[in-house]
Amino acid sequence: MTDPFIQVKGLYKIFGEDPESALPHIAEGKSKNEILAETGHTIGLKDINLTIEKGKLFVVMGLSGCGKSTLIRHFNRLIDPTKGQIIVDGVDVVQLSQKELESFRCHKISMVFQHFGLMPHRTVLENVAYGLAVQKVNKEIRYEKAHHWLETVGLKGYESLYPSQLSGGQQQRVGLARALCTDADILLMDEAFSALDPLIRSEMQDQLIELQEKLHKTIIFITHDLDEALRLGDRIAILKDGELVQEGAPEDILLNPVNDYVEAFVRDVNRARALTVETVMKPPVWRITANTIAEALSQMRKQPGDYGYYVNDDGYQGVITQEKLEAAAKKNGSGVICEKVIEELSPVSPDSLLESVLPETLDSEYPLPVVDEQGELCGELSRASLAKALVDTGGDESEESTGTRPST
Amino acid sequence: MAENSWLTEFPAMDRTDLLAIRKTLDSGFRDFSRSYGDAIESFFDPLLNLLVLIEQLLIQSPWWVIILAVAGLSFAASRSIKLTIGVIVAFMLIGYFGMWDNAMRTMGIITVSTLLSITIGVPIGILMSSSNRAQSIVTPILDIMQTMPAFVYLIPVVMLLGIGKVPGVIAVVIYAIPPVIRLTNLGIRLVDKEVLEAATAYGANRMQRLWGVQLPLAMPTIMAGINQTIMMALAMVVIASMIGVKGLGQPVLKSITNQYFTMGLFNGLAIVALAIIFDRVSQAYAKRSQKHLQGIQND
Repeated sequence: MTDPFIQVKGLYKIFGEDPESALPHIAEGKSKNEILAETGHTIGLKDINLTIEKGKLFVVMGLSGCGKSTLIRHFNRLIDPTKGQIIVDGVDVVQLSQKELESFRCHKISMVFQHFGLMPHRTVLENVAYGLAVQKVNKEIRYEKAHHWLETVGLKGYESLYPSQLSGGQQQRVGLARALCTDADILLMDEAFSALDPLIRSEMQDQLIELQEKLHKTIIFITHDLDEALRLGDRIAILKDGELVQEGAPEDILLNPVNDYVEAFVRDVNRARALTVETVMKPPVWRITANTIAEALSQMRKQPGDYGYYVNDDGYQGVITQEKLEAAAKKNGSGVICEKVIEELSPVSPDSLLESVLPETLDSEYPLPVVDEQGELCGELSRASLAKALVDTGGDESEESTGTRPST
Repeated sequence: MAENSWLTEFPAMDRTDLLAIRKTLDSGFRDFSRSYGDAIESFFDPLLNLLVLIEQLLIQSPWWVIILAVAGLSFAASRSIKLTIGVIVAFMLIGYFGMWDNAMRTMGIITVSTLLSITIGVPIGILMSSSNRAQSIVTPILDIMQTMPAFVYLIPVVMLLGIGKVPGVIAVVIYAIPPVIRLTNLGIRLVDKEVLEAATAYGANRMQRLWGVQLPLAMPTIMAGINQTIMMALAMVVIASMIGVKGLGQPVLKSITNQYFTMGLFNGLAIVALAIIFDRVSQAYAKRSQKHLQGIQND
């Protein structure tokens, strides 16, 4: 997973009569508007460098006109770059001949379009099988595959209809099935869900996440919607005026925006829905591992707090308070820690969204333990850290948090 | 006064110079047609043979065979009983008023001209749609073809090929071909860019894009162009009769010169009837295929 699957190096795209002539102007550090005024050339992309790992969902984000659709069309060279390299699996796509390029598009890369790009004169089945038809795959095989993918996206029974007879969401499912049907490693999705209404959009996002868990394609996803980006992306790159502003994991973008532009994006995001427990939890300092009550009490006294998480060989068991321990120690100090002294406190998973653990965190007397799938205690989630994460940039969610709201 | 006459009169070319130009051009073209006329004529021989074949087929066949064939064709194209009955009635009337043979000759020349226009026009339209330079060259030529009075280009055609069917067909094609070229170009250029992009993104080459996406999606527009071409070919029939094309145009021409009002009216009406039949049948066919394209199935 460590060696880069797709690498973009120093990619420039300039629109105009003589794109090469504008390159020196960019090198001089002139702005987009200055170059447009002086030479009549528009900068589409400026010095883009990206590394995309295999099997990851990489989101490119930005407002309209920032060059994100231009960028995605470079990966399969629907647009030719002015300068730069795009290396996919060791091959520089920019250097491919027309024939090689066609074969590359057939086998390696497929694409889903914003307005679906379905062929109105072909049935759903023929549309899905289109990629294979271009490759001149035998009719039976390609229809069999198309049937399979239509079933996967939940459109079984729609094969003989025409695209215009389907709803937007269904049409995009056909688009998705068509993209999957060629078994390409790389999936380009150009604002694939932007034309759909919100409910259908989130349904499609769920479906994509579900499919990705099974298929592990390398997906490059374009969107202008940060919520969508945070929800889907393993990595997010933010573009502005053809330049890469920030690239990183979703939490990075959310918690450490590099400049005002990114911050403006991030401000409106519903953090409770975007951040997971893992990103805000603190390491569990108060861990009780002793066997007897006396040992436990001595461990407890070394800690500043009056509670601790009891962990044994089987992992997390529950929470123990100093009060109870002392009461138990009076009776029988050398006794084994039993269920009497352990208070039950249901743990939360590191992958759950803050939104889903909000009520429990607020209700609980102690910070909630965070326990991973193996049963290991990996952190704790306090009201304070939750509140801090939610109100970091003065978002609207603060009223849901406790009294730790900073005065503004 | 001779010095300032250019103020009152346009400083036109000397009459002798003009005469010289005309003489050179005329004699040049005459020499050209004398030396190459036969070669060009023999080049068009296959066309003449096709024309004669179709005309003979239409005239020699018994009238009821033709009516049945035309009715069957229009039903196959339109799937409409009403239209088919209309076609039968129109042909009956044409025959009853004694214009059968002329109508068949006209149908023959229209058929050949239309086929020729399509086989030449559609490829030119495709070329225009794929290259802006081709478009900027062809468009003014089409403008000239459409606005130049038909009589003017009849002259060189007749000088080259004489009077007869082939020059008639050529004149009709020159007059009727622009719509099919223009609308093929337009139709292909109007194809949804994203659909074409999708085809490219899945590795389709130029030919696969043309046959699989561009032509099928442009078909409604191309059909409209073909329909226009047929209509213009029919309109040209009267003028083509001046260079010896037989058919419904000739009686019209005769009635203009002799002021035979009724004869002119009947033959004119017959041309109108043919035009309506061609138009309705081709429109109905285009519409049917268009509906199929959009997937709205109501039959």
